[in-house]
Amino acid sequence: MTELVRPDVRRMAGATALPRENGELVFDAPWQGRVLGMALAVVQQRGLDWDEFRQRLIAAIDAVPTRPYYESWTAALTDLVVDLGVASADDVAARAASIEA
Amino acid sequence: MTDDHGHHPAPLTDVERRARALEELLTEKGIVSPEFIDQVVEAYAQDIGPMNGAKVVARAWVDPEYKRRLLADGTAAIAELGIGGPEGDHIVAVENTPDVHNVVVCTLCSCYPWPVLGLPPTWYKSPPYRSRMVREPRTVLAEMGCDVPDDVEIRVWDSSAEIRYLVLPARPPGAEGAGEDELAATVTRDGMIGVARQ
Repeated sequence: MTELVRPDVRRMAGATALPRENGELVFDAPWQGRVLGMALAVVQQRGLDWDEFRQRLIAAIDAVPTRPYYESWTAALTDLVVDLGVASADDVAARAASIEA
Repeated sequence: MTDDHGHHPAPLTDVERRARALEELLTEKGIVSPEFIDQVVEAYAQDIGPMNGAKVVARAWVDPEYKRRLLADGTAAIAELGIGGPEGDHIVAVENTPDVHNVVVCTLCSCYPWPVLGLPPTWYKSPPYRSRMVREPRTVLAEMGCDVPDDVEIRVWDSSAEIRYLVLPARPPGAEGAGEDELAATVTRDGMIGVARQ
């Protein structure tokens, strides 16, 4: 299973670096692990370069620098999903709205 | 609390709903499967070192005083090791003994002691696990490869937003000389949920 851990993901630096504490990855809530897993899964299943995601993450962080890390990650994942034609931005928004709060 | 039994600690935030929407859409279109996401998350979880829960269990195995405190007040004993959840939920440790095997479930949703165990596996959230573990725990455990002898009582603990359970597995025999770190490496997530007997 270790081949799932990509060196190019571990090496991300600066604002895009995965939040760590004492070397261990930090998730403040389970959904953050899910969006991490989804981005990796999409990139792997579609045979993309990790950079396709990383560039969108950089853009998402630049767009709203004060936003929490994994919220930017979710925005970047949404962009990737839309750009791949999996769903439109409206589809994602509508589905999210249909989920009970 | 407007929902059933207070299982949900708080309403879902906008970003949680968006994350769930993305997972639903990606799954429906066949781009990714929840199991594959699980594998990725698990690989990263292993990459980040031993789970906090394993440290708690190993400490309890080597230090009887710590074990006593853990069973008396799980939240406080876990905080001693610098582990805690931002939700301030209570963690209750339940001990496996020669006569009792404990297993944890959340019948209504997926309450889980994630500050100590990391992220819940997909099956933990599945309706069959949640409903059948209460009705026929011995059968479900056997199906998961965990055979509990007939003379061992099985206790099923239903987690909620207020109380998250952590199983303290029995210390493996023949590891008397092992150090705490060595012992921690033998502790598995499934053992601390109670679907494995280590």
